[in-house]
Amino acid sequence: MSGICLEMDASVKKATRAAFGPTLAELADAGMPVVAVDADLTGSTTTAKFAAAKPEYADRLFNCGIAEQNMVGIAAGLALTGQIAFTGSFAVFGTGRAYDQIRNTVCYSRLDVKICPTHAGISVGPDGGSHQMLEDVALMRAIPNMRVLVPADYHAACAAIRLAAATPGPVYIRMGRASVPQVYSAGVELAMGGSCAVREGSDVTIVANGVEIKEALDAAEELAARGIEAEVIDAFCVKPLDEAAIIASARKTGRVVVAEEHSIMGGLGDAVARALAAEHPVPCAFVGMRDTFGKSGEFDELMRHFGLDAGAIVNAALGLRGVA
Amino acid sequence: MGSASLDQTARGLRCDVLSMIGAAGSGHPGGSLSCIEVLCALYFGGVMHHDPADPGMEGRDWFVLTKGHAAPALYATLARAGYLPADELPTLRKLGSRLQGHPDSTLVPGVEVSTGSLGQGLSICCGIACGLALDGREGTVFALLGDGECEEGQVWEAAMFAAHRKLGNLVAIVDANGLQIDGRVQDVCNPEDLGEKFAAFGWQVSEVDGHDIEALIAALNRAKASDAPAPQLVIARTVKGKGVSFMEGEAGWHGKAPDAEQLACALQELGAGSEVAA
Repeated sequence: MSGICLEMDASVKKATRAAFGPTLAELADAGMPVVAVDADLTGSTTTAKFAAAKPEYADRLFNCGIAEQNMVGIAAGLALTGQIAFTGSFAVFGTGRAYDQIRNTVCYSRLDVKICPTHAGISVGPDGGSHQMLEDVALMRAIPNMRVLVPADYHAACAAIRLAAATPGPVYIRMGRASVPQVYSAGVELAMGGSCAVREGSDVTIVANGVEIKEALDAAEELAARGIEAEVIDAFCVKPLDEAAIIASARKTGRVVVAEEHSIMGGLGDAVARALAAEHPVPCAFVGMRDTFGKSGEFDELMRHFGLDAGAIVNAALGLRGVA
Repeated sequence: MGSASLDQTARGLRCDVLSMIGAAGSGHPGGSLSCIEVLCALYFGGVMHHDPADPGMEGRDWFVLTKGHAAPALYATLARAGYLPADELPTLRKLGSRLQGHPDSTLVPGVEVSTGSLGQGLSICCGIACGLALDGREGTVFALLGDGECEEGQVWEAAMFAAHRKLGNLVAIVDANGLQIDGRVQDVCNPEDLGEKFAAFGWQVSEVDGHDIEALIAALNRAKASDAPAPQLVIARTVKGKGVSFMEGEAGWHGKAPDAEQLACALQELGAGSEVAA
């Protein structure tokens, strides 16, 4: 992993979705044939910022109206003509409603389509359970040929978009609506199949991604105050998962907590557990949505309500045999 | 290729399709046989600009079999055109074959995109048409749909998009054979009047006898040459199972292979081994 530079500054907050349009414009500026395909959410996903960046980019945004299945098909066709096509919409529609299109057209044909919806997870907040997508990682990682990235902050999201553009074939990038503190500094680079040890420790491993990285780092501070040194691994690439790094850390600490803003079914927790079960079984605990839909509320309220915050990670770590 | 010769090619393709499905022991004869003349017109009637020696040729016309279950008809066509060796056709649906039950573009030259899940191809073709227009590139995009397929909602999302975007380089063809697995399209969940519906979105619509190759060539060439700022629809009225007396108009032959006796009988009707050897 190159270019790691942690810059935990809680005062600087930005949503991962804010990376989308501006990074597409940067890629286009660099001469890459990128296009954006959206479904009436160009302001929310920020693809409108790509279209507005230069007059000639306006034609490179295709607004399909409220028709996500068609959106994915349009992206597939554009990719066939040599474009690198990025789709938008919200995660619940951009993956769930268009699942068959992503599976049978994009992934089966191995097309250069990057599924990049925003507003994933409970961080959507007040819109409620209908809009809080908690199964997208499970859906996307199960499809052959698909790679899955879950960036932790704005700079990581920029890097994920650049990485997707440079990687032939389908990629899923999960982005959120909520503003989150910066963990990485500008210019960070992510590698496909990589991970990042954002904190070193020897007593327990916390594997997390997305908005849970900030929670995991806060949890590690609380655990340190109790004399427990936690290692925090940012598994920004859920597929292919950096199994070697996770197994190496588990060998060192002997216990693992996985934290994700996603259902505990089919997401990062399952991926980590499968890797460990095959190579180096250790006691594990899982922080995530426990087979339930979300509900309306503010982001931080919901993180506490559903047990996804730093306190929940601390409790999960303390509950592991022999940690304290 | 002259009209008589094209008719002979069509008969040959029908024999190929039936032999392939018979050897596979499964497949979709009805909807493969109904679209043979459409494929003949496109590939052998001079409608499509394409080159089997260079499937990705710049400036080519594009074809997407959005009704992917008619794969045997497409494979037979591609083989006769020179994209595939003809001796590969009997491997249809067998383990290790490139000729999957539904077209896989990662395996077969000349297949632009994988299809099989109905209702998706027209969207893909809209995207191709947009991509060509974006860079000012030559080429017409042909999509072949089934009439039953038009029950899929995504078809209408694409119909709306194509008209809204005024995709003049897009030609959709409906193989309107009137039947689907569960029976007559008009009885199952009627999407007709297809022409009126597409026209209501802003498409230019024409209708043609889908087994008259000369009429098809004329209609498809007109659609291709049209400089109207609108997508074109050609409704090809066809007979499911066309060319085999006991399959014609029978929904039961949508997805069933003929046994050895039925295959022999069908090939005899089509005159296999005589004038169709091409």
